[in-house]
Amino acid sequence: MNITVNAKPHDISATTLDAALHELGLTSPALATALNGSFVSRAKRVDTPLTEGDRIEVLAPMQGG
Amino acid sequence: MQFYGTTLSSRLFLGTAQYPSPKVLCEAIAASGTEVITLSLRRETSDGAGTGFWQMLRQTGAHILPNTAGCHSVQEAVTTAQMAREIFDTDWIKLEVIGHADSLQPDVFGLVEAARILSDDGFKVFPYTTEDLVVGEHLLQAGCEVLMPWGAPIGSGQGLRNPDGLRAMRAHFPDTPLVVDAGIGRPSDAAAAMELGLDAVLLNTAVAKAGDPVGMARAMAQAVAAGQAGYQAEPMPRRDMAVPSTPVLGLAELT
Repeated sequence: MNITVNAKPHDISATTLDAALHELGLTSPALATALNGSFVSRAKRVDTPLTEGDRIEVLAPMQGG
Repeated sequence: MQFYGTTLSSRLFLGTAQYPSPKVLCEAIAASGTEVITLSLRRETSDGAGTGFWQMLRQTGAHILPNTAGCHSVQEAVTTAQMAREIFDTDWIKLEVIGHADSLQPDVFGLVEAARILSDDGFKVFPYTTEDLVVGEHLLQAGCEVLMPWGAPIGSGQGLRNPDGLRAMRAHFPDTPLVVDAGIGRPSDAAAAMELGLDAVLLNTAVAKAGDPVGMARAMAQAVAAGQAGYQAEPMPRRDMAVPSTPVLGLAELT
């Protein structure tokens, strides 16, 4: 399945958001996710299915003003 | 001073961006005496640098005020706030909805809408706004209990471009915590904001881009404290003409 993660294309076999993060090695506890522009909590990733063309944003803490 | 029920003794909020090194950042935080530091969220990198950065700043013990910097729409800001709440485990959010890419001026219409959505969702919103009184009223009606008017455009270091507007805000919102956010360049700017009766100052670039960030952090803390003390001591009114301070009575005739 072709999806976009942080603006980069990926071809993955995972079918849920949680599985996709593991497949891509994004396993830090300090990550937050959004699917197609909407927030998906840590608890709901397991039950969040992915479909072809989905856009995932994976954000982490960063310096800020 | 209380912000959403949290009592703070320092009236200086400090940003964490653009420092020469993580070590200097931590030293500047300590020198400033701040109890509130701002952070943001950005795309995760393969090296996991964000996690290490977050663990380092947690050890400062400061309250975390995540921001929605860079968001130009209500949906971007709301989604970013929700993501920040989960990562940083706080319901505080410095809400930025940017209207112009060049001036970084707040989109006050989107700001009010996002503030209402987030307040209804349990967030404690610190809105980056202008000195417009009507916008301030709408933000309070939306659920905000703090207002953060800009002093000047973000990162400009111009100081207070509209002190009369900030003075009017203080008069119009006597019981609302007001934080000058953005535009502070020098300690005198921070002191001036506090002398106007504002409750705190949020700054970043002025410290991070100083030749000696740690020294500037210390100077800003002193300026904020001096300005606050000066405001409480009720400065004398300005006069248009000179008035001698040395008594005229008893002056000798020596001509």
